[in-house]
Amino acid sequence: MDATAIKPSSLERPRAARSPGYWSKVGRRLLRDPVTMGCLAVLLLIVLSAIFADVLAPADPYKASMIRRLKPIGTPNHPLGTDELGRDMLTRLLYGGRMSLVMGILPVLNALVIGGLLGIVAGFFGGRLNMAIMRTIDVLYAFPSVLLAVAISGALGSGLTNAIVALTIVFVPPLARIAETVTTQVRGMDFVDAARASGAGSFTIIRVHLLPNVLGPIFVYASSLISVSIILASGLSFLGLGVEPPQAEWGLMLNTLRQAIYVQPWVAVLPGALIFLTSICCNLASDGLRTAMEVKL
Amino acid sequence: MFAYILRRILYIVPIALGVTLLVFALVHIAPGDPLNAVVGPDAPAEVVEQLRRSYGFDQPLPVQYVIYLGHVLSGDLGQSVATGRPVIADLGRALGNTLILSVGAAIVGFTSGILLGALAGWHRGGFIDRLATLLTLIGVSVPHYWLGMVLVIVMAVELNLLPAMGMAPGGATGWGFTGAHLAHAVLPVLTMSVIPMGIVARSVRATVAEVLQQEFVQALRAKGLGRGPVLRHVVRNVAPTVVSVLGLQFGYLLGGSILIETVFSWPGTGFLLNEAIFKRDLPLLQGTILMLGLFFVLLNLLVDIAQAALDPRMRRS
Repeated sequence: MDATAIKPSSLERPRAARSPGYWSKVGRRLLRDPVTMGCLAVLLLIVLSAIFADVLAPADPYKASMIRRLKPIGTPNHPLGTDELGRDMLTRLLYGGRMSLVMGILPVLNALVIGGLLGIVAGFFGGRLNMAIMRTIDVLYAFPSVLLAVAISGALGSGLTNAIVALTIVFVPPLARIAETVTTQVRGMDFVDAARASGAGSFTIIRVHLLPNVLGPIFVYASSLISVSIILASGLSFLGLGVEPPQAEWGLMLNTLRQAIYVQPWVAVLPGALIFLTSICCNLASDGLRTAMEVKL
Repeated sequence: MFAYILRRILYIVPIALGVTLLVFALVHIAPGDPLNAVVGPDAPAEVVEQLRRSYGFDQPLPVQYVIYLGHVLSGDLGQSVATGRPVIADLGRALGNTLILSVGAAIVGFTSGILLGALAGWHRGGFIDRLATLLTLIGVSVPHYWLGMVLVIVMAVELNLLPAMGMAPGGATGWGFTGAHLAHAVLPVLTMSVIPMGIVARSVRATVAEVLQQEFVQALRAKGLGRGPVLRHVVRNVAPTVVSVLGLQFGYLLGGSILIETVFSWPGTGFLLNEAIFKRDLPLLQGTILMLGLFFVLLNLLVDIAQAALDPRMRRS
C-alpha cells in the first residue's frame, strides 16, 4: 500500500486516487489512541517473548520430573508452578505462544491471499465467474465456523499443518465476501470507467486503480479475524486436533491440565488466560485500526 | 409472500446439495484407506476387496456420490464403524441433548443480549452503554472452553455449589426436568451463552442507535408521541435485523457446541464428533456434520422467511 490509497469511507464519493498524507494521518490517529497503543504494546510483548522463548525460558520445555508434578504458583525455581508432568509452566507458556500465534495468524494470512484474490476476481469480472465463485463460497458458509474447522481437521487428522489448512478454509469465505463487496463498489466508480476508456487493460486497472482502494477494508477485516482464529486454533488443539503432545501450545496445555483442576486449579487456567489476553488485545487493536483508517464494514 | 418463500426454498437446494458434496468429500480427504478403520491392516486381500465392493468404494467417485446422496435422501446415514449401530439412531439422541444446551444458552444469551443492547443503544454514552461495550468485548474475545473451566473451578471445585460435568448424576444420558438435571445444565448453558450475548448486544445496540437517528423518529417525537409509542416504532424497525442475528447465533450455538460439550462431558453431538474423530469412525463423522450443516441451512431459510414476514421490503429483492 502506498500514498495512492484513498480513504475507504469516502468510496461513495468518487475522488482522485491520490490523497497524500493518508497514512501519516492514520499513524497520527493511532498514536493518539491510548487503548490501541496499549494493546499493540502487549501484543508486541507476547510476540517477542514467543520469538525469544529459548533465550527467556528458565528451563527446558520438555524436561519432565515425576517428583515436581503440579507445583503451585510461586514455587522456588518455578514461578508459575509446574504442569502434570512436572515441566516448568513459565517455560511452556513462553514456548506455547509460538505455536498458538503461528496457528492463529497463518490461517488468516493464507485466507487473506486466497479469499482476497477470489473476491477481487469475482467482483471485478462479475457475471458467470462471480456466480461460480460466490455460490461455491456460499456452500462453505452453510457451516458454522467451529463445525467446519472440526469437520475438516477431524477428517484430515491431527497435526499442525492440517489444523492450519482447516482454519484457512474456514476464513476464506468471509474474506472473499468482503473483497467481492468492496470490489463491486469500487468497480462502479467513474475513475475505473475513465481508465478503461483511456485503454487500460483489466490487469492494469486492478493493479493501479482497484487494489489501492480495496486492500484497506480487506486488511482491516482480516485483522478482526485474528482473535477468532487464535481462539479456534487453540480450540482445535484443546480437542486434540491441532498440535500434538509433547509440543507446547496453549490450547493443548489447557487440555492436558484439565485433569489437574482439582489439584492446582490456578496453574491449570494459565494458558487460557494468555489466549484470552491475546485475543482481547487483537480485538481492541483491530477496532482501533478500523477507526484510524476510517473503514466502515 | 408465497412467491418469495418458494424462491428462497429453490435457492437453498443447490446449497444443500453442496453441503452433501462437502460431507461426501470428507471421507476422501481423510488420509489412508477408509476401510482401515473397519478391518485391520493385516486383513487378507480378498476380505478387503469384498468390503470395498460392499461399501461401494470400487465405483468411480461421481457414482459413489450419487449413491451416497440416494442413501441420505432416504434417511440412511450408514452404520457406525465402531458400534455397528445405524448412525441416525445415535445422532437423534445426541442432537436432542445438544438442543437442550443450545436452547438454554439461546434463552439466557439472547434475553440478556437484547436487553443490554437496547438499553445501551437507547442511552448512548451512558454507564450501561460502557458496560455493554465491555461485556461485548469479553464475549467475543474469551475462549469459551477456558471460561467453562474457570466456572467449574469456581462453582464446583472451590465453592462446591454445582456439579462439574456430565448431564445427570452417575453419568446418565437421558434428560428429565429434575433438580439434578437442571443443576448439571447450569454451567454449560451459562458458558455457552456468553458469545451470543456479546454479539447480540453489539448488533442490537448498533441497530437501535441507527434507527433512533432516522428522521421518522424525530418526526414521531415532534408529533408529541410519548416514549412508549416511539419505542414501538423503533422495535418494529429493529426487529428484522435482530431476528437474522438471533437465527445465525442459534445456528452457531448448535454447530459450535463441541468445545463446551468436551469441557463438561455433555453427551451431545460434540461428544459424538469427538468419538467419531478419534475412533476414525467416518460414517458417524459424516452423519453428524451433515445433520448439523443441513440444520444450519434450514435455519437460514427460516430466518429469511421471518425477516420477510417482518419487513415487506425484503420480499421484493
